[in-house]
Amino acid sequence: MLIGKPPDIPSSEITPQDQYLNRRRFMRKALSTSVAAGAAALGAGRLTEILSPSVSVLAGTKLETVQSPLTTSGEQLTSFEDVTHYNNFYEFGVDKDQPAKNAGLLPIRPWTVHVEGKVKQPRTFDIDELLKLRPLEDRVYRHRCVEAWSMVIPWVGYSLHEFIRQCDPLPSAKYVQFFSYYDKRVEKWGSETSIFWPYSEGLRMDEAMNPLTLLTFGLYGEALPNQNGAPVRIVVPWKYGFKSAKSIVAVRFLDKQPPTTWNDQGPSEYGFYSNVNPNVDHPRWSQKTERRIGQPFYSQRRTTLMFNGYGDQVASLYNGMDLRKFF
Amino acid sequence: MKKSIIIALKALTWMLCLLPWGLLVHGAVTNSLGPDPGAKIVLTTGYYTLTLLVASLAITPLRRLFPQLSWLIKFRRLLGLFAFFYGTIHMLSYLGIYANFSLQALLDDIAKHKFITMGVAAWLLLLPLALTSTNWAIRKLGGVRWNRLHKLVYAAAVCGVIHYWWQVKPGVRTPLTITIVLAVLLIARPIQEWMQRCKPNMA
Repeated sequence: MLIGKPPDIPSSEITPQDQYLNRRRFMRKALSTSVAAGAAALGAGRLTEILSPSVSVLAGTKLETVQSPLTTSGEQLTSFEDVTHYNNFYEFGVDKDQPAKNAGLLPIRPWTVHVEGKVKQPRTFDIDELLKLRPLEDRVYRHRCVEAWSMVIPWVGYSLHEFIRQCDPLPSAKYVQFFSYYDKRVEKWGSETSIFWPYSEGLRMDEAMNPLTLLTFGLYGEALPNQNGAPVRIVVPWKYGFKSAKSIVAVRFLDKQPPTTWNDQGPSEYGFYSNVNPNVDHPRWSQKTERRIGQPFYSQRRTTLMFNGYGDQVASLYNGMDLRKFF
Repeated sequence: MKKSIIIALKALTWMLCLLPWGLLVHGAVTNSLGPDPGAKIVLTTGYYTLTLLVASLAITPLRRLFPQLSWLIKFRRLLGLFAFFYGTIHMLSYLGIYANFSLQALLDDIAKHKFITMGVAAWLLLLPLALTSTNWAIRKLGGVRWNRLHKLVYAAAVCGVIHYWWQVKPGVRTPLTITIVLAVLLIARPIQEWMQRCKPNMA
């Protein structure tokens, strides 16, 4: 036989980037485990964490941040562990602990965000370009889920209006719509539901331009873990959590109100506005109070605040609107 | 089936049925029920209520299908009572964790939120069944009346499954499995009865 070129490495043998990058975490964890407890005492929970690490890829990359006057003070932060292991990200499973296990498959590099619709010129931004567009700010926000639980999360990002300005929207642009990444081969859990993917959400232009609306790249000073919507997401702190779309691949400017995923699923349960409002119950449960994640089960429920406590900054957006009708 | 084996199996059933409860208590004491311990308690107990209720409903069709399994009847009451046990904890933990033990909040919920109404209805349907589960009550009521009363278990199971569907978000299909199992078990009964009625005619 002639001496030939060695065969190419079959793609099945190439270690996916996320696993490769996870080695560092794996080794750190393995080391600390063996030092602290000894290999024999390796608990089952820790073992699964090592075999299938829940926080992956570029998550863990430190981001350079500056302080922000728009941060929320006087709240105890929800732990990093809870923020990253209690997630609603149905594309990776409907149980709260599933996204942390499954979202490692999300291919967060290369990543682009396509801008289209009522803009002077459609264009595509690379994620690394977006990361450098403006200084990244540390912003602690309360996060209130429509399911009546809440967290306090130190996000990292800059106001969405900084990005919108770069998009050159036309005067006719009255709404902005966000599309999340969806690939049914990657996010196979999505088809366990009857939800129509990709996930999409929308804001009125003045809501999107409010300085509180955050284009978010990280939390706890690090790049977003995949399960929290890496590599880039929206955070709208005065609205229920589902308004804050994760893993955004496209932004569309429109002259009319766009359809949104949960509004399509249950129009009587999830309004387009979905501002946090203790006076308007969800049809199936009260929104008057909430449970803070990470607290013991016997702790007292908290009173939910109008606009999640951000009324000073946003209440004027809804002057003259009946918030029972436009819930 | 030998008596000693039945006793051993009963002991095993007790242990298996108490295991989820034991794990919850352990988790509550050591504060290791995860980020949302309240939801964990309420969802876990709700899940086992329905699972055990459906398990108890599987016994009669199984005995008819496999006459050699007729000894399974000795386990039906146990499973039913454990379903009631979990259902009661489910409701009490909901009352404590979600309604702050406020009767007003509970009544408000029952009036306004249909999935709560349906859950409370399911529990209320189980209550007389649990109360009349003793041998004494069976003797006192007489077999016919006791049997008629305990037909309420079908309504309770159906209410429980509807409660589950109304609790999840539209588009989420997690209650599908238990719904299919319950539907099969409920449909099996008239079919099996019909087949039994046909048998003498064929002979």
